[in-house]
Amino acid sequence: MSDLSFVRTEMLPEKAPPASEIGIVGWLRHNLFSGWVNSILTIISLAAIYGVLSVLIPYVFLSVWNAESLNECREIMNETWGSSHGHACWAVINERWLQLLFGFYPPEFYWRPILSLVLLVVALAPILYSDRVSSKLLIVTALYPFIMPWLMWGGSVWGTVSVAFGFVAGYLVLKYATEALGELFAMIAGAVVAIVWWLFIAGMFVGAMDAILPIALETVQSRKFGGFMLAILLGVVAIGCSLPIGIVLALGRQSHLPIVKWLCVCFIEFIRGVPLITLLFVASLLLNIFLPPGTNFDIILRVMIMVTLFASAYMAEVIRGGLAALPRGQYEGADSLGLDYWQSQRLIIMPQALKISIPGIVSTFIGVFKDTTLVSIIGLFDVIGLTHAIRADTAWNGIYWELFAFIALLFFIVCFSMSRYSMYLERKLRTDHK
Amino acid sequence: MSTLTEPPVERFRISMLLYDARYRSATIQVVAMLFFMLVAAWLVNNAIINLNTLGKPISFKFLSNPAGYDINQRLLEYSSRDINLRAALIGLLNTLVVAFLGCITATIIGVIVGVLRLSSNWLVARIMTVYVEMFRNVPVLLWIILAWAILSEALPKIKSFRGENATSSMSLFDTVAVTNRGIYIPEALFSRSLGNVHLLGDSGLRFDISIDLIAIVVVLALSIFAVRKVKARATAVQEATGERPTTWYIQLGILFVPMIALLVALGFHLGLPELKGFNFKGGTHLRNSLIALWLALSLYTAAFIAEIVRGGILAISTGQSEAAAALGLKPNRTMSLVILPQALRVIIPPMISNYLNLTKNSSLAIAVGYFDLTGTLGGVTLNQTGRELECVLLLMLVYLVISLLISAVMNWYNKRVELVER
Amino acid sequence: MKKSVIFGALTVAGLAAGAAAAGTLDDVKARGKLNCGVTTGLVGFAAPDANGNWDGFDVGVCRAVAAAVLGDPAAVEFVPTTGKTRFTALASGEIDMLARNTTWTFSRDVDLKFTFVGVNYYDGQGFMVPSELGVSSAKDLDGATVCIQTGTTTELNLADFFRANNISYEPVPIETNAEGQQQYLAGACDVYTTDASGLAATRATFEDPGAHVLLPEIISKEPLGPLVRHGDDNWGDAVRWTLNALITAEELGVTSANIGEMAAGTNNPEVNRLLGSEGSLGEMLGLSADWAKNAIMAGGNYGEIFERNIGESTPIGLARGLNAQWTDGGLIYSPPFR
Repeated sequence: MSDLSFVRTEMLPEKAPPASEIGIVGWLRHNLFSGWVNSILTIISLAAIYGVLSVLIPYVFLSVWNAESLNECREIMNETWGSSHGHACWAVINERWLQLLFGFYPPEFYWRPILSLVLLVVALAPILYSDRVSSKLLIVTALYPFIMPWLMWGGSVWGTVSVAFGFVAGYLVLKYATEALGELFAMIAGAVVAIVWWLFIAGMFVGAMDAILPIALETVQSRKFGGFMLAILLGVVAIGCSLPIGIVLALGRQSHLPIVKWLCVCFIEFIRGVPLITLLFVASLLLNIFLPPGTNFDIILRVMIMVTLFASAYMAEVIRGGLAALPRGQYEGADSLGLDYWQSQRLIIMPQALKISIPGIVSTFIGVFKDTTLVSIIGLFDVIGLTHAIRADTAWNGIYWELFAFIALLFFIVCFSMSRYSMYLERKLRTDHK
Repeated sequence: MSTLTEPPVERFRISMLLYDARYRSATIQVVAMLFFMLVAAWLVNNAIINLNTLGKPISFKFLSNPAGYDINQRLLEYSSRDINLRAALIGLLNTLVVAFLGCITATIIGVIVGVLRLSSNWLVARIMTVYVEMFRNVPVLLWIILAWAILSEALPKIKSFRGENATSSMSLFDTVAVTNRGIYIPEALFSRSLGNVHLLGDSGLRFDISIDLIAIVVVLALSIFAVRKVKARATAVQEATGERPTTWYIQLGILFVPMIALLVALGFHLGLPELKGFNFKGGTHLRNSLIALWLALSLYTAAFIAEIVRGGILAISTGQSEAAAALGLKPNRTMSLVILPQALRVIIPPMISNYLNLTKNSSLAIAVGYFDLTGTLGGVTLNQTGRELECVLLLMLVYLVISLLISAVMNWYNKRVELVER
Repeated sequence: MKKSVIFGALTVAGLAAGAAAAGTLDDVKARGKLNCGVTTGLVGFAAPDANGNWDGFDVGVCRAVAAAVLGDPAAVEFVPTTGKTRFTALASGEIDMLARNTTWTFSRDVDLKFTFVGVNYYDGQGFMVPSELGVSSAKDLDGATVCIQTGTTTELNLADFFRANNISYEPVPIETNAEGQQQYLAGACDVYTTDASGLAATRATFEDPGAHVLLPEIISKEPLGPLVRHGDDNWGDAVRWTLNALITAEELGVTSANIGEMAAGTNNPEVNRLLGSEGSLGEMLGLSADWAKNAIMAGGNYGEIFERNIGESTPIGLARGLNAQWTDGGLIYSPPFR
């Protein structure tokens, strides 16, 4: 054979890829400088980042943490850095952070809102992480709506128990009377029993039990609520109460009964068509006019009612979306099993529709939670309202950015973590469907 | 012979109202309606009793009393002696202006950010993510307040334009002044103006229409009509002969010559802002409150729109962009010709609710001293007259109408897009 | 009270069953707490401290009334109100009295149906400008940008003033004093206008107060005072005479320091009547005999409350001016206790 010595017979050892393609350089080339447009974008972005950080870092970190007043802050800044501009005076946060978090809630009872929050997490865990948390915790979830008001507002434990007992009694009647009376009458009977209990017997029951075994927490007036706690409380109450209302409205909107449908549509579109601030004006200015003469609600309760109505319209739309996303076959399957309307809703439709709606519910919650800052406009001391009060103190009059930065940070942490959860859930749900 | 047996006529019994599915729905509806009417009657009755006790029966007379306060940004002429109704109208126009501007900029920013979040440039994509998360997770009220404060701190003060050694100067060949009281831009003036038409006499709703503006619009419409004719003719020639006549200079001529002639005839010139006394005089003043509100609302809403756009783009299967690449389209052409038009269908419905949110959020203008509807009718007028019920009801009604109009228009547009797409 | 049973059962707690009906005085006594409407925060007049305790000039009036009626200056619930919500809160019975530097005007008194029980501070709307502008009179302000705090009578006064003097201005309406201050210091407006007391308080907190001047013009009369609902004269009298007791106490030299010995009886019959050691003024009001003594003990007499909260020894540093006793050339004047 001819000598084909120019043909290589053995493999060459693998060479490392060119230095410009691997490591940091390669990563930079691929991700930051892959073309002249990208290079310009990168350089502009770097300049922007530098511009922002060069102001922010000295502001945040070269700052005063301990001072009695803004003037003292300024003196310290002038001594240390020669100028009182471009440095934060976090001393105001240091002095007032508890107030910003809890409002005027009595400091000796701070454990109550904290415990409520912890219990909230426990109560939500079996719903939000249904695959990892034991469903035995659902008992906490069921009790939470009764425990939370008691912890927050205080008062006799028997009041709470009697309210809860009304529900239990109604449910028991519903459960055992269904066979005898039929579902509809059982429902009515259950409601009647509960109402009779609340109206006529509960008062005596509470009085009697208080005499026998007085267990009570000290009452805290709701006008003491404030700060970030108020935002959380308003958000939780609004979402919690709006869930059942939203379900009813969503079902009503899908109903075949024209009058019911029309009423629901009008309500939903009305609430969604007006800004929340006008509803808050109603709470602060008008609600008393529409109630019987002499009734006088606390402003916080009035705001809770209006925010709940507001949230329930949005909730109804979220749940309607969940209902619409269910395959038609689910409805037909329920019908073919011979279930009636309420049975099919309760056993087949709602459990699935609600599960699909959880991301939507979470984002409604985030929206309502952020919107609670509007209550500062009607004079409640939420976090933003408290900034007015803090600056009305002679010591801190004139302070501005530090308070808003702190508030923005609080909201960011809470909302960001919730939106991350909602994204995680969406991903999880998506794989479920594939 | 067989006779058809008549189906047994079922006699109506009361119990059928509950047990017969045919009648039960009617029962439920009647009960629901009765319940609703009872509640409504109860509320109205309470209101009447309470208002009588307060000695403030419902009356809208306050609307025709002098308002007594000044409004800085007014699209129609207004003074403190005008009536409350007119103040409310000025406020309404201000609401509409900021909502309109906000929706446009929010859409532009949102689309850009949404696309850039998917950029191959790591740094840009990260920055956009930070932007979106920052704005979505902090209340809009806070952003509005901060935007206002940042604008007034960061932009040059009027003081720095003044004197021998001024540290700031006007930009764009001395036509635009950027100050911390707002931006002054040149305004169009006509030295041989045709005057105005006054409509609605002396009432609170009166307004002027500039005849100059009408003339310009008419000429522009005629020019566009003529250009279309020329184009149609060119197409006809092309179809007949296979060659398209060159018409671009004719089109440009038709478009510009009459307009320039009209502007010269009207004596068009620019009114430039100049520093006189305390402030810049002349030109159009875009106030800081408007800019702050506009900026904050657009940036906040844009963060949501960006997510919608991103979701819409991701919803288009990768096959589409691969097909476009196979056709030799460049990435930006792929985006604008293939991906975005298809994504539009997914994007538009949630976009509507974002526009509605922006419009409703504009009611927070009160926080930066922008006189919108909430600031006038629901703010100073309410404070000064003490007519809470009337003011708040009117306020809600107007917002409701605006919202319904926006959703009607957007739904109509949505339907149109869908039809074209499918 | 079937309704309250329903609501009480449904809302567990927190429903304050207030009553707008007759007899605020009896209601307050029955409740054991006075609900007093204040601002959401105005330097020197009402502000909560880090522990949530309210303090200030208006707050002093609330505490004096609580002390007079209930014998305990701490028995007050402070209800923060905004310019918009204050009148509704009072009319609906949510608060028993409003001590929120509210200007006594005809329409508020007559049309909105409130009773102003007196004046605790004579204020007027003024202007503040940076001294470098070289402005010495408000009439030189043609074309200036003016920051106004809204929600009060200020924007009406301002419009009237500029209109009457035929000069133009650019209003920048502002919701709270804090924002006004920030905008003014940033140079977004040339002038800041609000009540003169507010201007002084604001200027006191500037880094360089000397660089700003208050213009001599006071363009409005702003008699600020506590108010109650129309048609509840017993309650109105109680609040009115509590305020008058504070004023009279200063006039007669009764202070929180010497009230103990004065209450034992003095040679001055009016002091004796005031402090309840002679006559039965308290009984006539439906209060205890030592009501005025309690009111004065709560925070001192009018002059002491003034000095402690907004007087010249505080950072706010307001001079008494119009608010001096009539014997010192001011307008503060109480009808005699007799």
